[in-house]
Amino acid sequence: MLNFLIRRTVFMFVALFAVTVISFFIINLPKGDYVTAYIAQLQATGSLVDADEASNLRKFYGLDRPLYIQYLKWISQIVLEQNLGFSFEYNQPVTVVIAERLLLTIILAIATIIFIWIFAIPIGIISAVKQYSFWDYLFTFLGFIGLAIPDFMIALIMMYLFFVWFDFSPGGLFSPEFSQAAWSYARVMDLIEHMWIPIVVLGTAGTAQLIRITRANLLDELAKPYVVTARAKGLSEWKVIAKYPVRIALNPAISLTAYILPFLISGSVIVGVVLSLPTVGPMLVKALVAQDMYLAGGIILLVGFMTVIGTFISDLLLLWIDPRIRFEGS
Amino acid sequence: MTTKNKLEKKSILEVRGLKTYFYTTDGTVKAVDGVDLDVFPKKTLGIVGESGCGKSITTKSILRLIDYPGRTIEGEVNLKGDTLKDSVDLLKLKQNGTELRQIRGGRISMIFQEPMTSFSPIHTIGNQIIEAIRLHSKLGKSEALEFAEDWLIRVGMSNPSQRLKQYAFELSGGQRQRAMIAMALCTNPDILIADEPTTALDVTTQAQVLDLLKEMQEKNGMSIIMITHDLGVIAELADDVSVMYLGKVVESGTIRQVFKNPKHPYTQALLSSIPSLATGHRERLPILTGTIPHPQARPAGCPFNPRCKDFIEGTCEVSFPNQEIIEEGHLVNCHLYNK
Repeated sequence: MLNFLIRRTVFMFVALFAVTVISFFIINLPKGDYVTAYIAQLQATGSLVDADEASNLRKFYGLDRPLYIQYLKWISQIVLEQNLGFSFEYNQPVTVVIAERLLLTIILAIATIIFIWIFAIPIGIISAVKQYSFWDYLFTFLGFIGLAIPDFMIALIMMYLFFVWFDFSPGGLFSPEFSQAAWSYARVMDLIEHMWIPIVVLGTAGTAQLIRITRANLLDELAKPYVVTARAKGLSEWKVIAKYPVRIALNPAISLTAYILPFLISGSVIVGVVLSLPTVGPMLVKALVAQDMYLAGGIILLVGFMTVIGTFISDLLLLWIDPRIRFEGS
Repeated sequence: MTTKNKLEKKSILEVRGLKTYFYTTDGTVKAVDGVDLDVFPKKTLGIVGESGCGKSITTKSILRLIDYPGRTIEGEVNLKGDTLKDSVDLLKLKQNGTELRQIRGGRISMIFQEPMTSFSPIHTIGNQIIEAIRLHSKLGKSEALEFAEDWLIRVGMSNPSQRLKQYAFELSGGQRQRAMIAMALCTNPDILIADEPTTALDVTTQAQVLDLLKEMQEKNGMSIIMITHDLGVIAELADDVSVMYLGKVVESGTIRQVFKNPKHPYTQALLSSIPSLATGHRERLPILTGTIPHPQARPAGCPFNPRCKDFIEGTCEVSFPNQEIIEEGHLVNCHLYNK
């Protein structure tokens, strides 16, 4: 078990390192560098910068040094000063620009995962236990529809329906009066009121997927001899299913959660644009279009970190609930 | 047999005309097709037959553990109490109802062929044994734990308190089967159904497990239904034996009657295929020709007729033979003995 933990932790750091390298690579992709962009910005406001000043600036920021030195400088700034660089679009440090959006993204992702779990697992269990029943067919049908319709389409349909039926435009995560306000009880309640539409939109595909996976796993587990043993003991049918096969069928559901985490964040880009959500997705698109590279790189870096850490947490969860993994290799 | 003996031979479990069919998309499989069994108190009934003859399905049907697409459609499974009134037909009880669940694991326990997969891989052995104890007694958690430990000692498990905290995959095959036996017997059942309990074990462990079952039977006075394809196991453990072929019992009687004086050609063939020390050097064992027919293509008449050395044309493929009494307690279904 210790072995597994150590190995898993080492892998996590390797993955985190890879994420930083890729983010840095993306930041450096466009022609020119920070100074080019800076000069361009100054020129746009009317001031002129001569070549000397430019090279001084380059020296100051270390842009004349080899790329790996630049990388080390960049990463040490992030680690030591939590400084992700400067966003030209917003004229503010990247950390300030994305702080609240990142928080809202995380809240939305976690809420969506909870939504997926609450709906997918019981439905998956019903579908498996009552295989080939009316409910199984119904949920299978709905599940495939949920999988097949792109989520931005669901978003558009829901927006239309809400507008037509309730005369209510379900865009954003806040009512206008709260969008810029400081956090308060009223703002949290407002968020909860607005949040469930994006949750349903984002969670539909994941729910459909998890229903299929839970159903398939549970069908496998239900056929195993230990289920007969539990029944032969005299346990009630409900307890047999809940205590034994369901517990074991949950393992892949937990792995899936880690797998849908990046999907929730990247998938939320299009949905985010459609529903005009104040999450990092739409901001990433904007930053890439405007070549605001520190902002784009910062978002990619943080989203990558979240995914790697989310996977790590799901592995720890698996370790906790499944002794077979705990004893592997020990 | 004297009258006194007859009284002693009052069965505790009586199966009559049991039929369990599987309704698959390819057609109906008559896995168990009219089986009669009698289990006597403190005695062991051996059910023997090739794989696929329906022996496991028969015992699963007794406890109503048949899953979709299988269904027990006919018959009686009478579990006798102290008086005639206490007798209950398990097939008339509600599937998974309270009454049936009290009998499962309470009056009738079951152990299985593969102790590895018969334990949950993510619950400790202790958790699963204690669950069985608490289902059928009013013991508290700590008392049940002590009781479970006590039972592990009784089945000869070393280091019992440690074992309770372990998972099935941490134990050896023999230990797992011992744990399984402890789990089945800790509720003090009247009948233990053992579904090929030694098939997955090596020969030494096999012998140990059989000895343990015998010892437990002497101490607890329960009846055993032993399912096996191993005639050696039957010879060692059983008092009575039923030979099954394709969902039907073709011959039954005491172990002495069936082994010393086998009447059905199938029983004769099975017994002659056991190597013995008397078999001469390099002498070939007789071979039972042919294979078991496909479940959907069972032969008409006596199901054994295509493989039978005593096949009577115009009779055997036409009708299933009536039951003939060879002597008191020794029954055979074969046209050779039908008058």
